[in-house]
Amino acid sequence: MMNPLIPLFVAVPLAGAFLIMILGRFIKHFDRVAASLVLLFLVIISLHAIVSSGGSTSVYKVGGWEAVNKIPIGIYMVMDGFSVIVLCIVNLIGLLSVIYSISYISRYTSENFFYSLFCLMVAGMNGVVLSGDLFNIFVFLEISAISSYALVAFGVEKDELEATFKYQVLGGVASFLILFGIGFIYWKTKTLNIADVRTVFSTGYDRNYYLLVQILLLSGFGLKAAIIPFHAWLPDAHSSAPSPISAMLSGVLIKAIGIYVIIRLFFNMFAISEGMAVLITTLGTLSMFIGVFLAVGQWDIKRLLAYHSISQMGYVVLSAGIGMILISREIRYEVAALAIAGSIFHLINHAAFKSLLFLNAGAIEYSTGTRDLKEMGGLSKTMPVTSGTSFVASLSISGIPPFNGFFSKLIIIIAAVMARFYLLAALAALVSIITLASFLKFQRYAFYNQDPDRKKTKGKEVPFPMLFSMIILGMICLLLSLLVIPGIREMILTPATDILMDPSRYTSQITGT
Amino acid sequence: MTVYWLCFILFLTGLYGVITRRNLVKIAISLSIMEFSIFLLLALVGYADGAVAPIVDPADPFKVYVDPLPQAMVLTAIVIGLATTAMLMAVIIRLYRKYGTFDIREIKNLRG
Repeated sequence: MMNPLIPLFVAVPLAGAFLIMILGRFIKHFDRVAASLVLLFLVIISLHAIVSSGGSTSVYKVGGWEAVNKIPIGIYMVMDGFSVIVLCIVNLIGLLSVIYSISYISRYTSENFFYSLFCLMVAGMNGVVLSGDLFNIFVFLEISAISSYALVAFGVEKDELEATFKYQVLGGVASFLILFGIGFIYWKTKTLNIADVRTVFSTGYDRNYYLLVQILLLSGFGLKAAIIPFHAWLPDAHSSAPSPISAMLSGVLIKAIGIYVIIRLFFNMFAISEGMAVLITTLGTLSMFIGVFLAVGQWDIKRLLAYHSISQMGYVVLSAGIGMILISREIRYEVAALAIAGSIFHLINHAAFKSLLFLNAGAIEYSTGTRDLKEMGGLSKTMPVTSGTSFVASLSISGIPPFNGFFSKLIIIIAAVMARFYLLAALAALVSIITLASFLKFQRYAFYNQDPDRKKTKGKEVPFPMLFSMIILGMICLLLSLLVIPGIREMILTPATDILMDPSRYTSQITGT
Repeated sequence: MTVYWLCFILFLTGLYGVITRRNLVKIAISLSIMEFSIFLLLALVGYADGAVAPIVDPADPFKVYVDPLPQAMVLTAIVIGLATTAMLMAVIIRLYRKYGTFDIREIKNLRG
């Protein structure tokens, strides 16, 4: 069945970006109103999609090109249980970041460029998530990557420019590796459709060639997702960007164009091999473990948060990897399903609490003018809302009940234990404790710890739009815990796990319709 | 087969440049070299010996055509590459204005 809503996810923000660029110069406040409306519309249709689809897969064939002899020839956009979840978080975090930016960005010049680039970035991410076609993934990925390069450099000061240069060079290399991989896939299969590539590969392939393609794509998307050997750009880029953009980059961009694509391709396109599964699990464990140790020594709030992003993404990759290992051994599918569900759940949760933490960091910077933890103190008196929401987010990320981070980490650890990876389970628990220590330090130095020698810390509470975004995100952190309740879990997480566990169903739903 | 290896060598040349060069503009040029090696490879993927442009001639069913899809992909990728290079060059010009140098060793504010 054709779902007419699907192209709107890309078309509306693209049109918004164009209109903001043209009309934003002439009409006062057009930029922020238009950007908020575009994102609000996207949130509404993505929530509608998640409620109405009930986990079924729907396909949109661009230009109406039907399959010939069951071989897809047009560009396919696919919305299934997994992509609909990622769509929801992309657009929701996008909306809250735009509302936050209304106050935050007024310090900068050329605001209409900011909102225009923001819409472009959202269009790119939605496109990557919805695309069922390898080359379109590349095109949309570049759209969002190029606009994020520009947004990281939005302050055009020394640090921003240096960070964006590093980001662009490494991002460029990543894009080339991805394009190389896609070229190799097309060479052997003569098709770009993800489902069709799987069908062609299932008839037999050269093992070394297959491995080469997998390594190319894993390193390309791994660079985009900042998994540990490829993480060098992330702390610089994420800490130098304006705070709402840091929230977008850390909260959704590395997931939508990195982790999402890795999980999608390795579960639904490639046949899962044990060697690859072990490699992915190792990369995830390394990210989780090294990331948190790099974070502990940081005194710049945003760098600290950026290193924690690497560590938390490690949890997601590790858990998906455990699922892959079990599937490749063809044993204990129910544990594999649990591990994958934990991975997706942690992905959603991380989007909520990490963007909230970055917005908090932005609020602190906005009102005190510093990002150095040593120069702060006693902000809980002057900024109660920021302090309260960041407390919620810190507890979430360190896995304290009843916040969402606890449940997803618990699922991941239970899955690791049930799969008899006791070492990984112990490491995950240990990393969670170190995360807690690191965030206690953040809380203590920023909000409590009044220095008696100095006079009262300056800084007052931030304007309403910023508070609004932070409060809503804090509530989302609590509400997401509800996803573990059986009825809601089956509605949202189970369809996503099913489509990843059963690639033949993905293939048949796309080529069959 | 040689021609594919040449593409790969061109890719590695670009990668070598990105890793070893100290000048910002040279790094940008090396990135472009990497990019164009991939475009060449994609164009070669669609190539067939003695083939003609894919305008179907019903009179001659045995005619060999080149694959038009990689060509379309290369065109799209060139446009994207243009945007990336323009963006990178804009950043390099700004960096030069701030630091007064193209040397990457002297641009190191961010550490740790």
